[in-house]
Amino acid sequence: MSILVYAEHDNTQIKGATLNTIAAAKAIGGDIHVLVAGQNCGAAAEAASRIDGVAKVLVADNAAFAHQLAENVASLVAEIGKGYSHILAPATSNGKNFAPRAAALLDSQMISEISGVVSADTFKRPIYAGNAIATVQSSDAIKVLTVRGTAFDPVKAEGGSAAVEAVAGGKDVGVSKFVGEELAKSDRPELTAARIVVSGGRGMGSSDNFKIIEALADKLGAAVGASRAAVDAGYAPNDMQVGQTGKIVAPELYVAVGISGAIQHLAGMKDSKVIVAINKDEEAPIFQVADYGLVADLFTAVPELTKLV
Amino acid sequence: MKVLVAVKRVVDYNVKVRVKPDHSDVDLNNIKMALNPFCEIAIEEAVRLKEKGIAKEIVAVSVGPKEAQEQIRTALALGADRGILVETAEKVQPLGIAKVLKALVDQEKPDLIILGKQSIDGDNNQTGQMLAALAGVSQGTYASKVDVAGGKVTVVREIDGGLQTVEITLPAVVTTDLRLNEPRYASLPNIMKAKKKPLDVTTPDALGIDVKPRVATLKVEPPSERKAGIKVADVAELAAKLKNEAKVI
Repeated sequence: MSILVYAEHDNTQIKGATLNTIAAAKAIGGDIHVLVAGQNCGAAAEAASRIDGVAKVLVADNAAFAHQLAENVASLVAEIGKGYSHILAPATSNGKNFAPRAAALLDSQMISEISGVVSADTFKRPIYAGNAIATVQSSDAIKVLTVRGTAFDPVKAEGGSAAVEAVAGGKDVGVSKFVGEELAKSDRPELTAARIVVSGGRGMGSSDNFKIIEALADKLGAAVGASRAAVDAGYAPNDMQVGQTGKIVAPELYVAVGISGAIQHLAGMKDSKVIVAINKDEEAPIFQVADYGLVADLFTAVPELTKLV
Repeated sequence: MKVLVAVKRVVDYNVKVRVKPDHSDVDLNNIKMALNPFCEIAIEEAVRLKEKGIAKEIVAVSVGPKEAQEQIRTALALGADRGILVETAEKVQPLGIAKVLKALVDQEKPDLIILGKQSIDGDNNQTGQMLAALAGVSQGTYASKVDVAGGKVTVVREIDGGLQTVEITLPAVVTTDLRLNEPRYASLPNIMKAKKKPLDVTTPDALGIDVKPRVATLKVEPPSERKAGIKVADVAELAAKLKNEAKVI
């Protein structure tokens, strides 16, 4: 068995989600090859070769892959992937975009967002917004999977010394063009990779009031998140949304401030190691999943907590 | 321009599903079914394109049981012109659905195909991308803004960390994200009118498509429950617990 892992990277560095995906590949077992597709992505390929457990790194350096357009990437993955028993990609917005397209080109019924590996053909995955966990078995010769990062502990980024090999294949399919990107700039850690996350909900009352969440987050070195209610109310941008329709996080500490705890929010954070809830409504469902609940007015409690930590 | 919109019948998003005691599946007996929320957004976007004079005809299609006619009627009440149900008792998986939709695309030759990014039952997020692959056309997934002009679609996509804009060539597949639009409610007169709109019924067999599942569901279990912890009296106790007991700060 040999497994192809598609690397998420910015052409110079490998992104963390790749390390979780390689951990899932290790759980399946077999030779692990990492595919780095991009433009001028030699540094990222070098970094991939040092990842623990990687046998070989394939580099597809081509302008067609510069912006990870799904049409072009899927044509490459379907071509290279023919020789493998499994193709794995992180369940990031990029992986979710191209992997089904590659799977269809290979006539394989992909399995999305696996959260567990039972055997080489059997996997666990959440369905119904995480309200049920299905165990599913694939009968396809080439299994295409995306991997939910928070469900697998990352492998070490160092310690390996894999060979790096350039590969041809894939092309600019010519039906799509990258126009631009607007990424939120922040000095805080990335939401899905942060050790601590502090999130605000509708109880924050305004986007201005998110400053008290940010102050606590900065003191703790944490990322800032938001509930869908807070995003819909315009208090926070949508890339901060934690939940089934936003980001799935599982930090060591999750602090939910002014969040009632709708199912859709819980689906995005209930695998956190320690959950703290601060809410003035003692009946709020968030308290049913919180390790430490504090019934208090967040506008006094959060600044006080910021001073104490 | 002709727009094809695929819609799915799913459990109503307000219903909390439960797993059957024998762990064979979730229990859908006597549960309220509805149009998948992302599909509702897809229909709304098509209707807005028609209102702008860009789209001429909207065809709403679904692959599912006989009862899925209800969801097609909802799409017709929201503004689609006609419907096609590909009726099957099989629980068709995304690749099978994409193959059925590809057969309909060959028949109908739409310029634009709009789907929800995922359905809230299987949470697969695959069908649109698979259809684009099989039809050999471009894709604009997780759309939060769609502009159609001059044979191209400019799609603003919701991606990790922000937004990405791509320009894709028609014919194209677009999948909707939550913030693309706020769907309207169907008015009573439109619901009545929808009953008279044409709805064709066909089958995967008639289209020559094998929809047998490739992935077997062995077991469906409830997620591991978190136990509620303790309530702390004040901020000082909370900070102390986090430092000394949980040791996370």
